[in-house]
Amino acid sequence: MSSNPSLLQSLSPTGDADISLKARLGEVDASMRKPAMLFLVSAVFWLLLGTVFALVAAIKATNPDFLGGTEWLTFGRVRSAHLNAMIFGWGNNVIFAVAPWIMGRLSRARIRHTSILLIAGIFWNIAVTVGIFGILRGDMIGVEWLEMPSYAAPLIIITYALVGVWVIIAFRWRQTDHVYVSQWYLLAAFFWLPWLYTVAQIMLIFEPATGVVQSLTNWWFAHNVLGLWLTPIALGVAYYLIPKVLGRPIHSYYLSVVGFWALALFYNWAGVHHLIGGPVPAWVISAGTVASVMMVIPVLVVGINHHLTVVGLHKEGWASPTIRFVMFGAINYTFVSLTGSLMALRHVNEVTHFTHFTVGHAHHGVYAFFTMIMFGAVYYMMPRLLLREWPNAFLIKVHWWMAGMGILLMVVALQVGGWIQGLQMNALNEDGTPVYSSFIQIVENTRPWLWLRSLSGLMILIGHLAFGVNVFWMIFSRRRAGEQTAPTLLSPTTEQA
Amino acid sequence: MKSLPLIFLGVFFTLAFSWTGIVLTSQIQLKEFTPATPDLVDSQDQPAPGGKYLVDGETIKNTPGMTANPQPLVGEAQRGKLVYQQMGCLYCHSQQVRRQGFGADFERGWGQRQSVPRDYIEQDRVMLGTMRTGPDLTNVGLRYSELWQFQHLYDPQITSPGSIMPPYGFLFEVREISPLTGPSAEAIELPEAYQPPAGYEVVPSRRAKDLVAYLMSLHQDYELPEIKFTQ
Repeated sequence: MSSNPSLLQSLSPTGDADISLKARLGEVDASMRKPAMLFLVSAVFWLLLGTVFALVAAIKATNPDFLGGTEWLTFGRVRSAHLNAMIFGWGNNVIFAVAPWIMGRLSRARIRHTSILLIAGIFWNIAVTVGIFGILRGDMIGVEWLEMPSYAAPLIIITYALVGVWVIIAFRWRQTDHVYVSQWYLLAAFFWLPWLYTVAQIMLIFEPATGVVQSLTNWWFAHNVLGLWLTPIALGVAYYLIPKVLGRPIHSYYLSVVGFWALALFYNWAGVHHLIGGPVPAWVISAGTVASVMMVIPVLVVGINHHLTVVGLHKEGWASPTIRFVMFGAINYTFVSLTGSLMALRHVNEVTHFTHFTVGHAHHGVYAFFTMIMFGAVYYMMPRLLLREWPNAFLIKVHWWMAGMGILLMVVALQVGGWIQGLQMNALNEDGTPVYSSFIQIVENTRPWLWLRSLSGLMILIGHLAFGVNVFWMIFSRRRAGEQTAPTLLSPTTEQA
Repeated sequence: MKSLPLIFLGVFFTLAFSWTGIVLTSQIQLKEFTPATPDLVDSQDQPAPGGKYLVDGETIKNTPGMTANPQPLVGEAQRGKLVYQQMGCLYCHSQQVRRQGFGADFERGWGQRQSVPRDYIEQDRVMLGTMRTGPDLTNVGLRYSELWQFQHLYDPQITSPGSIMPPYGFLFEVREISPLTGPSAEAIELPEAYQPPAGYEVVPSRRAKDLVAYLMSLHQDYELPEIKFTQ
């Protein structure tokens, strides 16, 4: 770690590392090694499986006869298996690896009794396996983002509790006076999700609410999985990693306070914009639209704060795998959120609703923002847990370019194609008849864009394979004498050059 | 902001706020909805005009002798709804008609009126849907025959060439025509190119019949106190 002091050696967000602090962080790392690696390996497994599901679903969307005779792999099921593998398999596993670790480091608190986390890891993966098996088998529940059959729910709730409690314990017994921005985000997320999930389970599965209250609960839940779980976690991770790797404190503590509470206040009202034009009370939709537009405040605040922290250090950032991925995610957070605010406006929504535009938007958020930041976190965390470096910089580059360009292609293809689809569905002649009177014609016009989506999925699969190979290569490689001890960088930094 | 209880209170109230607003308030608003006749009458059976939203048993009631809607699903259609769920039809088909002038739902022939909350009160699982890769199905029961539905499910290319809907051939059985009883009455007619080998017939499974019964049951072709046709 000695070759590059200003870039990667700064172990506290304020940049002054001392020996006892390092020792302390080393203890935290050591305590989290086993549970974090269990969650991480499972996350990579689900990521790869979820990508395969995605590709099968994408091909089916243009070629319905592809595996068309297999009931278990019919589009509706394989699509839901993809979503659940990604959110609950990849997303939550990687969060359970990274979040307690970051919380422990920021609190300077060793995570004790990690066998409980190991049990949580085993429970979680059993729950996801059972849930996805249930979906493919035909026990799927017709509620978006809650497709897993109800027999998977108890295990899921127990796991949230088992992991969440360590995040809270680490914070409660923290050894620092200062409370970091990342800590609020992580703490809040670990409070929010179990509540959301439990309420949604009760109101949708065990004691379903009346009529369209189900739809309202559904979108309150589903959008908040993004807004109050994936988003605060990814922002918390970004707020931790950017200053840490670049050795420069967050630009403004005050701005981050504003950003956090504005997000907490507005995001959880925004979900009902998925029901604009639908048979639900009009005032709820108006409230959802207002909240969606108000989201501009936390988004710009966070965007400005991140940008001002990085400004002037772009070269160093480009060299670091972590910062490359994290900055890609942070920039896309701004873009995807502003798109989302626009999509909540009634006249934009009139076009984009019910089209592939929304699918593009969902991938923009969950992948280009959340997943890319978590990739960054994995690139930062694994060397510290395993005390060895990434074996291959080329594979990291393949991962970065394929994932980055792949997701951009996907978002552009789905949003352009979706916009055209929406315009064509709504287009009327002067006499009031639809311009595209045959629905099939509109479907045919989306096909080229769906082909591009399959292509982008293939690129992302290649990226994920590169990532997976690198992860397992790193895990199984032995530490040898004279081995590289400096961080694996993607390009020479100012000091090396 | 350093104290755990304070952060906790903050995050608790923000989420409780939106839950109260979006979920609880709507539940209170909608829980008293009952099936209703297009027009309501007062306790003397005189027409009670005006946009009465709730049916209050004491002063305003359904018109005697008229049918109150919506009606609950029964039997085959109820089972068919489960098949609809299990196949994930929801991910490509919506079940809601937007008002006239917002989108082109009326012009595309998807409904005569906007869908309203009362339409869904009898449903144990509401699947409004958020995607229209395929057309809206709110009133699909009024648009096609049973035979069309069977053929379309067996292979969408039969009725809708160029469709990207998955084929549900696995919901049908291709079987030998019984030499004793002859062709089954349930076997579906298929065009030349899709016919099974000579001596065989295509018979829908129970799930296919249930699903078609469900699709045929989908309609919002009644008026309600709060919504009339072409509204």
